[in-house]
Amino acid sequence: MPIVEYKNGMFSDIKPEEGLKKALSLSRGEVISIITDSGLKGRGGAGFPCGTKWNLAASASDEEKYIICNADEGEPGTFKDRVLLKEYPNLLFEGLTIGGYAIGAKKGILYLRGEYTYLLKGLLQVLEERRKNNLLGEKILGKDGFNFEIEIRMGSGAYICGEETALIESLEGQRGEPRNRPPFPVNTGFMGHPTSVNNCETLVLSARILAKGADYFKSFGTPKSTGTKLLSVSGDCKKPGVYELPFGVTIKELLKIVDGEDAKAVQIGGASGFCIPKKDFSRKIAYEDVSTGGSVIVFGEKRDMLDVAINFAEFFVEESCGQCTPCRFGTVEILKGLKNLKKGDLSLSMLKELLSLGKTMQLASKCGLGQSAPNAFISIVENFPDEVLGREEV
Amino acid sequence: MTDKKHIEYPDKSRTPLSQQPQEIEKPKDEKEIGALIRVVIDGVEVKVKMGTTILEAARKANIKIPTLCYHEDLCIAGLCRICVVEVEGMRTLQASCSFPITQPITIKTYTPNVRQARRHILDLLLTNHYGECYTCKRNGNCELQSLADEYGVDFFRFGKMERPRYEVDSSSYAIVRDMNKCILCRRCVRTCIDLQEVGVLEAINKGSKTEIATFFDKPLLDVVCINCGQCINRCPTAALTAQDPSDIIWEAINDPKKHVVMQTAPAPRAAICECFNMPPGTPLTFQLNTAIKMIGFDKVFDTNFTADLTIIEEGSELLSRLKKALVDKEPTALPQFTSCSPGWVKFLEHFYPEMIPNLSSAKSPQQMFGALIKTYYAEKAGIDPADIVTVALMPCTAKKFECNRPEMCDSGYKDVDYGLTTREMASMIQEAGIDLPNLPKTDFDNPFGTATGSGVIFGATGGVMESALRTVIELVTGEKVEKFYDHANITPVRGFEGIRVAEIKIPKVAEVPLILKHLFSDFKWLEGATLKVAVAHGTANARKILEDIKKGGIFSTMHFIEFMACPGGCLGGGGMPIPTNIEIREARARAIYQEDESYSVRKSYENPIITQVYSEFLKDGPLGHKSHKLLHTHYTKRGKFIF
Ligand SMILES: Cc1cc2nc3c(=O)[nH]c(=O)nc-3n(C[C@H](O)[C@H](O)[C@H](O)COP(=O)(O)O)c2cc1C
Ligand code: SF4
Ligand code: SF4
Ligand code: SF4
Ligand code: SF4
Ligand code: FES
Repeated sequence: MPIVEYKNGMFSDIKPEEGLKKALSLSRGEVISIITDSGLKGRGGAGFPCGTKWNLAASASDEEKYIICNADEGEPGTFKDRVLLKEYPNLLFEGLTIGGYAIGAKKGILYLRGEYTYLLKGLLQVLEERRKNNLLGEKILGKDGFNFEIEIRMGSGAYICGEETALIESLEGQRGEPRNRPPFPVNTGFMGHPTSVNNCETLVLSARILAKGADYFKSFGTPKSTGTKLLSVSGDCKKPGVYELPFGVTIKELLKIVDGEDAKAVQIGGASGFCIPKKDFSRKIAYEDVSTGGSVIVFGEKRDMLDVAINFAEFFVEESCGQCTPCRFGTVEILKGLKNLKKGDLSLSMLKELLSLGKTMQLASKCGLGQSAPNAFISIVENFPDEVLGREEV
Repeated sequence: MTDKKHIEYPDKSRTPLSQQPQEIEKPKDEKEIGALIRVVIDGVEVKVKMGTTILEAARKANIKIPTLCYHEDLCIAGLCRICVVEVEGMRTLQASCSFPITQPITIKTYTPNVRQARRHILDLLLTNHYGECYTCKRNGNCELQSLADEYGVDFFRFGKMERPRYEVDSSSYAIVRDMNKCILCRRCVRTCIDLQEVGVLEAINKGSKTEIATFFDKPLLDVVCINCGQCINRCPTAALTAQDPSDIIWEAINDPKKHVVMQTAPAPRAAICECFNMPPGTPLTFQLNTAIKMIGFDKVFDTNFTADLTIIEEGSELLSRLKKALVDKEPTALPQFTSCSPGWVKFLEHFYPEMIPNLSSAKSPQQMFGALIKTYYAEKAGIDPADIVTVALMPCTAKKFECNRPEMCDSGYKDVDYGLTTREMASMIQEAGIDLPNLPKTDFDNPFGTATGSGVIFGATGGVMESALRTVIELVTGEKVEKFYDHANITPVRGFEGIRVAEIKIPKVAEVPLILKHLFSDFKWLEGATLKVAVAHGTANARKILEDIKKGGIFSTMHFIEFMACPGGCLGGGGMPIPTNIEIREARARAIYQEDESYSVRKSYENPIITQVYSEFLKDGPLGHKSHKLLHTHYTKRGKFIF
């Protein structure tokens, strides 16, 4: 299932290695300023400006630097990176190589989700071909002084290993648990060296931006969310799939495209995202409005929103790394509360307490997982009070 | 005569990078522009160095921020989140223990969000904690309990654990693990892996199933735990405690047939004050004797006596090894390692069994004393050794294991029946309602009464080395140590640096003194020699030295190395009062060195009772037949994997 491309979008007119060739004709600083100028923000979820990240990593003083492609794609409802890995591996490695050139890394690592092991063989073949074609190794495409290699490392199935510092821990052979930040990976990353961690889509787009120019990219999207975004749409709609759409698209427009117009709610951003009810369908998908790493799950009329909330809560109980108190135990209390709610056995004061606990988790958890774990719970309770409250005792 | 060098080693710690201290580039010169940063905490302005954490800055401003996973001795984890504060302009709350200040910021430490978060964190911890404070060893000295008090926790908001989740592991001779009381702060993990580099404990599973476990969840007895108890000292709750023998000791005291004898080591005497709300470093040696007698012990002896004996035996062993190597040119295991720290001994047996020959065969002072009490003393006092119960007041949990080693029965009985820690002694005294600080003083009992200052300093890292040097220098050169070192204070081996080295030139030698005549005809072979020694404390530092020796580095050329398992030596032992930190350990060290200065005799070989014991009882001198039987021991190759 390839990408449903946007008309004349970022995936149109792909010429092999156009971006890389362009990049190597420029200085590292120039590459970074093109990316900065394009306004490209991280597509992995956090939305940190890619140009700024590369610039920080490039200016960190260390001989040894790394660039890591985050292909751990573990957010429920996301599968856009899988499509990129499968359909556009060369574009992905091109982007990784451009990033390596920009920050001054000699080594790139693709951190591949354990469940995607079946893609490994193909990816290794592509790497081998690239080596043969001097797209990897020494003096890439004749560029003096630019030596770059790519290694693929497998994840082992923990959602938390998609968080960049936990990913680095896991690469170092430790328990996959997030580190304290600061210091950030751009200063102290893999093996203590400056490291840029980028999502697959971010890297693919960086290659396309170099090929097509920053202005072309900026012609899509909103001023604060430039460019197009890959959305993995699933759930109660007739045409699920991976769609390339410009930022700023409203949920309503999106539902029309995927043929899911009788939805009563849409979960944007996966388990860690927010549940948007019908009355808010005019909201835009953009960093400044409803932000997402790509996951869009459509809920039709028949869905029990309480079940949806319980489902997400179970996910977080399972996936919390267990390091910090608010998330380790808070996720359990939320799940307990939701189950009691379903049994008609949760007092209003306890529900209020749990909402407040949710806020504590958002504020005090150590990493993004715990900080976003209560989002679905809070937004479902707030948006569907009539549906989730007042269940009969069973 | 000596040359003290401080050796810097690249840190090859096994700790995950995330848990290692964070390197923030700090300006070298404090006056440099930007070196000091202005932060405002709760309206109070402080200037701090670049890289200072918010927690440190707050402490500087006298603002208290609660902590649980933070410990001064350990690298930062930032995982309990109890220390969160609000930093102006940041979306989320920040953990103050792990937030380095790199630019001017405004911080608030008790906003509604912060208070709410801390309350929730405490509620969550308490809900997942099984235990009743009034049946708990840490009642009154528990960080979780005091935080619950400070934050006014008045009910179990998220429910209460009704049943224990884990079985209590009391397989170990030294340490009890009750994971039902564990709050997963991982201070023990960091202690074991980072401070001690043993690596017995690790977090396993994830999410709410996370627990602290040993290798394959085996009982502590069956893993490489060296019983150092450092994890106990840093556990905020009663999840880790020591095996407490006080009930059986009370029984023995109450049994009229039993003759219960106590020996006290120097470190507990310098620290027990802390259990009675006195400032650290107030020695209570002689008040303690009074208390011990009041409790009902029949005799109280000074472990320093056998510390002196250890010096004689171990010093003679060193000279013999040196002679064997230098004169007889026979293969000899050098450097010789000290053997009085049972945690260190077990560490070596597990991780470097091939180096066991380097370990001095001399028993630790505790075990020498046990053997002498049930032989020499029993004979002299006319008591059947079967009726004698020997208790050792020690700073150490590993001593509990040591006295249970099967080979430690050379008297024909279990040489030392029970090892009692400083904390357990304090509880016994409290239970008896005794007001220790205000007691009159009592001397130690005869026949072992007098000890020397050399024995006292065994309590601090470097102390064994200093004592050994005092005796060896005088025996070999015939000159007073004071000639080389002011007041016989051999300062190069003192201090708290992890590894210290010193070189001692022997400019001239004298006649072999009487006590060693049976071993050496002369000392000519030592003339002009340089004795190279080193001191290490904490097994992480020990590991560095052993790795260096393996590689044939500078430590392989040394002659004598003192190792102590615990940071700071015995005064930082796993049985010492909680809390511990560097200031407390320094205060204890000061008390110990003061006590040393107060003795008139400060060299082991000058102890008149030692001479008496050799002539009356041990007969054929140091390393002789009887001392070999009673005062020396052997070791076990344990290896890393136990099946
Ligand atoms: C719990 C958690 C899981 C994450 N999983 C992923 C993931 O699977 N893939 C990804 O690219 N980023 C993931 N992230 C975001 C990364 O931490 C990081 O921000 C991202 O890889 C940076 O790349 P970008 O700037 O290109 O988005 C996750 C973050 C959190 C907190
Ligand atoms: S928030 Fe959750 S996943 Fe993140 S560090 Fe804390 S326990 Fe681990
Ligand atoms: S560990 Fe602390 S809180 Fe828990 S029962 Fe003991 S004293 Fe009470
Ligand atoms: S006693 Fe020492 S070796 Fe054993 S677990 Fe505790 S810190 Fe580790
Ligand atoms: S055993 Fe103690 S030190 Fe270790 S994690 Fe549990 S509470 Fe913390
Ligand atoms: S004390 Fe700061 S997070 Fe635990």
